[in-house]
Amino acid sequence: MSGLSIQNISMRFDLPNGSSVQALQNVSLDLKPGELMSVLGPSGCGKTTLLNIVAGFLAPTDGKIVMNGHTVTGPDAERGMVFQQGALFEWMDVRSNVSFGPRMKGQSEAQWGAHVDHLLDVTGLGGFKDKAIYELSGGMQQRVALARCLANDPDVILMDEPLGALDALTREKMQGLVLKLWKETGKTIILITHSVEEALLLGERLLVMAPRPGRIHKEYRLPFADMGVGADLRDVKKAEGYASTREEILEMIWDMEEEIMGRTEAEK
Amino acid sequence: MTGLIILLVYVAIFVGSFFLIRALVRRTTNDFTSLKTVTFGDESAVTSNRSASIISVLTIFLIWGAFTGSNWIPSFLHAPGPFVGDTSFTYTLEAADGSRDDATVHVRVVGFGEETANFEVDPGDGFAKDDAVSMNASRSTTILFDRNDEIKRSDDARVVAINGEAIGPDTDLTLDVGRFALTDKGAISFAPPSGLQMEPIWLPPPEAVVSRVIEISNDGYRDSTLWRHLGYSLFRVVAGFFFGALLGIPLGYAMGLSNWFRGWFEPIVEFMRPVPPLALIPLVIIWFGIGETGKIILLFLASLWIMAIAARAGVSGVNITKVHAAYSLGASKFQIMRHVIVPNSLPEIFTGARVAMGVCWGTVVAAELVAASEGAGMMIMVASKFQLTDIVLMGIILIGVIGFGIDILMRKIERTLVPWKGRS
Repeated sequence: MSGLSIQNISMRFDLPNGSSVQALQNVSLDLKPGELMSVLGPSGCGKTTLLNIVAGFLAPTDGKIVMNGHTVTGPDAERGMVFQQGALFEWMDVRSNVSFGPRMKGQSEAQWGAHVDHLLDVTGLGGFKDKAIYELSGGMQQRVALARCLANDPDVILMDEPLGALDALTREKMQGLVLKLWKETGKTIILITHSVEEALLLGERLLVMAPRPGRIHKEYRLPFADMGVGADLRDVKKAEGYASTREEILEMIWDMEEEIMGRTEAEK
Repeated sequence: MTGLIILLVYVAIFVGSFFLIRALVRRTTNDFTSLKTVTFGDESAVTSNRSASIISVLTIFLIWGAFTGSNWIPSFLHAPGPFVGDTSFTYTLEAADGSRDDATVHVRVVGFGEETANFEVDPGDGFAKDDAVSMNASRSTTILFDRNDEIKRSDDARVVAINGEAIGPDTDLTLDVGRFALTDKGAISFAPPSGLQMEPIWLPPPEAVVSRVIEISNDGYRDSTLWRHLGYSLFRVVAGFFFGALLGIPLGYAMGLSNWFRGWFEPIVEFMRPVPPLALIPLVIIWFGIGETGKIILLFLASLWIMAIAARAGVSGVNITKVHAAYSLGASKFQIMRHVIVPNSLPEIFTGARVAMGVCWGTVVAAELVAASEGAGMMIMVASKFQLTDIVLMGIILIGVIGFGIDILMRKIERTLVPWKGRS
């Protein structure tokens, strides 16, 4: 049984003042190999908590994650992670960052060299191999983070707002890159984002989560990711159904936000 | 008084050179900073003015030289020196019967530290005879004027005037020749004008300090050459710091990585950190004596806590996403330690090392002041007991230069080893 199965996950934090927060309640879903799922939701809906549980950084209070037939108990190279920023190693140059995973496995350069150099070329970093991380722009740094994750050849890639800190133009380029890499490598990807457009463009499946307690609100299956592979993403935005779905989801999230605000007002 | 004059001169040079440099140096560059119109309040627009630094250092040497009569400074810049040379004054002696007679005292004033030599003058006539006195500059001397007089103080004769000005047991006299007073027994106390220059015993001129450096580096002081003294101090600092870092860094890592270690050592570290190392000197001397062991243990203790806290801060400062990323890439705990935590903590450790080296250097000098048979601190302490101010000054300058050098060296190493510091 391959793929990723999230089985009835609940997460409750106890706060120092004695109360507790239900960050996630009974979240279940299955991902088949090669699926790209984007996750949307207002702040506080538990998206990042869910991702951290899947990555193995947090243990859920209930439920379990089953990956390739075994239960997840901690982080592992089979589940790679791309962070928003700050996860690169400044003391290594670009190539050493990208080859970190294979090197930690004890592979020699003969084993990883060609693969790493290929990834560097694919992500447009071919000319920056020996640069220090702090010499790169934000977009370049995220390319390094993507390449580093791919070089380790994980089964699932977890992306926690990987493009959130980038400017609009760089972001659009990077979205195209993510789609290209997804098709070329056939990886299973979970992508968390704040941007409805990004979720629509990249998500083969799109999960909208609701807050308090964090839960799955609605799931979509969308054609736009497949359309976008190798195409101009601006054309995809003109495709049939794109605008209406975007409005629908925006409305949904607006309502959730307003509900939170109303509830917070009432609590006061 | 002299201090106030020095301060005024210093302020005058500070202000004067500011306006001079501003008038002379036109803005020649158009870099970004020089184009800023708002500079007051913008710390990044404030850079160290190179001319000011150079003039500042030169001013110190200039004032030092001017007020010590240095040969390195043209003599028209010298502060008025003490009177040196031959001078004379006339005293009026009144005998018990009221008759008066004048006699002249010839005074030969020789420079600081020179030998005085007696000389003879013609005694002249009358019952008060002329005298000859030899003395050092900036000193006062008691003139027993009546040793050759025909009527002496024991005959109830007394001095009533100097150069025609009345003087009495309670009336002091300040003339161009110098200051006069009468002692309880009626002898003349005379001090020629002392000028504004410092005596070498308070502040020797720069060239005296330099010649001391040369002399002591060749011949040594207290059985050891200068380099041996400084070498001992440096050796103690390096050894103490080495052992402090050797134990402190792993301790800090352990405290940053394990609850048990942190709980166990936190009370000790937090207690020892605010204890100044200088306060440990007496205890260290009681326990280990004044030899090398005690000194190195003292410096070990001085650097241990600083390095432990720096290493702990380095571990705490690691961005958790880096650790998460490394785990997700399949790194083991040991690999995360080796490839993430240690390199990530290096900037903090270097900051700590710079502080620790500074503290150790200060502590070693203080420890040597208390007790040592070699070392920079011991050298200036012993010299001060013999009032060898030039050696004391030389020691202080060398200690400052070496401390400065250590810091520059540490910064160089830091820039080479952790180029990413402050740029992530």
